[in-house]
Amino acid sequence: MRNMLIIARREFLGYFATPLALVFIVIFLALTGAFAFYVGGFFTRGYADLTSFFAYHPWLFLLLVPAIGMRLWAEERKSGTIELLMTLPVSTLDAVIGKFAAAWAFCGLALTLTFPMWVTVNILGNPDNGVILASYIGSFVMAGGYLAISACISALTANQVIAFIVGATVCFLFTMSGAQLVLNFFQGWAPEIIVEVMRSMSFLTHFDAITKGVIDLKDIAYFGSLIALWLYLNVLAVETRKGS
Amino acid sequence: MIQLTRLRKVFGPLTAVDGIDMTVRQGEVLGFLGPNGAGKSTTMKMVAGFLAPTSGTALVDGIDVISNPVEVKRRLGYLPEGAPCYGDMTPLTFLRFIAEIRGIDGKAREAAVAAAVEKVAIEGVLDQSIETLSKGFKRRVGLAQAILHNPPVLILDEPTDGLDPNQKHQVRELIRGMAADKAVVISTHILEEVEAVCTRAVIIAKGRLLADGTPAELLARSPLHNALRIEVDNAGADAVLDDVRNMPGIAAVELVDAGADVSVIRIRSAAGSITIDVAAMLKSKGHRVRDLATEKGALDAIFREITIGGGASHA
Repeated sequence: MRNMLIIARREFLGYFATPLALVFIVIFLALTGAFAFYVGGFFTRGYADLTSFFAYHPWLFLLLVPAIGMRLWAEERKSGTIELLMTLPVSTLDAVIGKFAAAWAFCGLALTLTFPMWVTVNILGNPDNGVILASYIGSFVMAGGYLAISACISALTANQVIAFIVGATVCFLFTMSGAQLVLNFFQGWAPEIIVEVMRSMSFLTHFDAITKGVIDLKDIAYFGSLIALWLYLNVLAVETRKGS
Repeated sequence: MIQLTRLRKVFGPLTAVDGIDMTVRQGEVLGFLGPNGAGKSTTMKMVAGFLAPTSGTALVDGIDVISNPVEVKRRLGYLPEGAPCYGDMTPLTFLRFIAEIRGIDGKAREAAVAAAVEKVAIEGVLDQSIETLSKGFKRRVGLAQAILHNPPVLILDEPTDGLDPNQKHQVRELIRGMAADKAVVISTHILEEVEAVCTRAVIIAKGRLLADGTPAELLARSPLHNALRIEVDNAGADAVLDDVRNMPGIAAVELVDAGADVSVIRIRSAAGSITIDVAAMLKSKGHRVRDLATEKGALDAIFREITIGGGASHA
């Protein structure tokens, strides 16, 4: 636990040692705003809620979260510091969770900085703040899911560009698996159970459920177990690939 | 302190380390010698717990690196090849991070960092980011990281690579100074380094241990060990050659260099030192000798002979 926190702190501060943190946060805020106002029609909808803001989060995260996760392990492998880190008295699990926690906290920071949206909508009307809070929690948990996938993929390569592209692709599959477009492809021939599993594996399905304002245990458990699974795969990836 | 038993590592079709047995005791500085790709770094990585051995074991302070890697890592200071450090940190924040991970906090942390910084002399660059430092400074930051927690066992993969002669000297002094209560293993290409700091040297090639002994013992394996090199005027050279050939205990006599007026003669000993005997003979016969020197034998030559010859016999 102690080692996890020390690693997490180092990793978190590492984002701020380069312009990466600033660039990421500025782009994230600009894009969330742009989507909410121009694409989502925040004003023209005539409702005092943040539905138009949260609706685009899965698509933004799809692009931006792998950008945060790609460096976690690929950079360590490229620079050789993985040999330093893995010969310090820390377990691989400590290192994996510490790094993940740092990147997730960074996502949380970016998400927190969208608070002017919440303030604005409260000035303009009387939104259901419970729904908004639930949506924020859902968005944060979903970011964790994308991040766990990206971190694991990052441990498989020493090349950050490959880590980004493969990570984003896997994230895309998990996002799209609930979309009708993908389901149609399977519905013709695959057994119904497969189609249902695919639907239930989708980030969109679970995120939509949370943004309706109901934090259902099964949606949280879905993201929780998804994160746990990918972190476990991350440990395996580090263990087997660190020396190559 | 370090005990390797039948240590083996196989990467696909390549056997990098092929059954190494070795023990390093407290107070020893072991020089790990071998050509590139001999398996030096792989062996060190296995002892440091970074790579899992294919078979065999490594014990550090009696603890098995396979079953209890974290405990081994606690007792170990390890400088990986190339001294990788986090480039975006400064030496000060980096060393503080290492200290905390090793469980050194508060005042003890500052004291440990200050002591390591002083030992490797990096006071001037503490607040500069590591990626902007010269190769020599980076290496020393890596070294500081390895000795920070005063570990009983130090494993340093090419600790003086990239340092200038003064820095090399300094690092060797540092290693010698710490050696008394530690077991130290250093890998190196620089053979003079072995003579300068190591109490023992092993030579490996193609993953096998080919020689093990003190630097002096290894030098004694040289065919040139105890050979004499004398310089005489050309006029007297033939007479000297004849007289030396008639002496007992001489393995070979050769004229290695005949200049405009001085000839260089090398006399190889059959066994032991022949310096006194040859000097006495030269004096009694009244030969005029311009220079006389005993050759120690070059570690380079032994290294080449063992690694090339030894490699071939195992192929």
